Amino acid sequence: MRIFSLVILLLTLAFSVNQAQASPVDTYEFRDEVTKIRFQALTKELRCPKCQNQNLAGSNSPIAADLRKELYELLQQGKADSEIVNFMVERYGEFVLYRPRVSALTYILWFGPALLILLGIIVVIVVVRRKPVAKEVLVLTAEQEDKLKNLLNDK
Amino acid sequence: MMGQLIRFLPLLLVIALGVVLYRGLSLNPQAMPSALVGKAMPDFALKTLSNSDKVVTQADLLGDIVLVNVWATWCPTCKYEHPYLVDVAKDPQVKLYGLNYKDERIAAQQWLQDYEDPYVFSIFDEEGSLGLDLGVYGAPETFVIDHHGIIRKRFAGAIDTKVWRREFAPLIAQLIEEKKQGK
Repeated sequence: MRIFSLVILLLTLAFSVNQAQASPVDTYEFRDEVTKIRFQALTKELRCPKCQNQNLAGSNSPIAADLRKELYELLQQGKADSEIVNFMVERYGEFVLYRPRVSALTYILWFGPALLILLGIIVVIVVVRRKPVAKEVLVLTAEQEDKLKNLLNDK
Repeated sequence: MMGQLIRFLPLLLVIALGVVLYRGLSLNPQAMPSALVGKAMPDFALKTLSNSDKVVTQADLLGDIVLVNVWATWCPTCKYEHPYLVDVAKDPQVKLYGLNYKDERIAAQQWLQDYEDPYVFSIFDEEGSLGLDLGVYGAPETFVIDHHGIIRKRFAGAIDTKVWRREFAPLIAQLIEEKKQGK
């Protein structure tokens, strides 16, 4: 048991160290709190073009640092969120959006799950409401009736 | 009949899913289309690598079938593709320009001295500003620009004979044809 908790402790430590290394440190001074929050939100929403499973906030790659810097400058210039997102998409494509826009290309992404759920519900309803297969009513003939009676009475 | 079919539906679904996933195995997740294909070369005004007094702009690239190769001395793959670029530069039908991306001037000049300079000139993009406008996210990358200044292709990665034949040669041939016909 003691060894077990030791292992857990070590694992936790190892992970926390990793975490500390993985988050890049930038020192940006924002003009107000709102800008800072917008910066944090946008770096989470925008994807790093180089390391594809990370957002701009989490990536250490030079391009992510560059894009954070660009993002900061655009914010300082007073650009709106939508303008900034457009700026990035114009250069790096739809790819940089972690929340893709609704377009013909992404219909299946946006509406696929809802469609599947709907399909599932329909299947369940159909299965539940389907009438049970009519059971054949078995009736004994008079002859069989007699035979049965004899059998039952026969001790 | 209907009941029979429904019985096989799960099997069919699994097979269909298998086909889709199997196809996914051979796709390259790194390949991403450039947002700039079909758009004009972005405006820029930057110094050249060889001359810190000379400013070049997008107008200097106009009129020919142009390759813009993004390179840097900190990029090992650039070194790998360099000999092939020297070959490409010998083709009189295309003009090869360099975009020296986030590099140091002295080191980059030295590199061109050591390994031969294949470029008509190299744009010196120390801050990576043109790189950003081009959607560059690493080096090497190569852009194909037609004689009207429209970006026709972006390729990320090293160019060698195989890549050239597959990715570039058909497009270049098509562009040469378009230019001949005066399109």
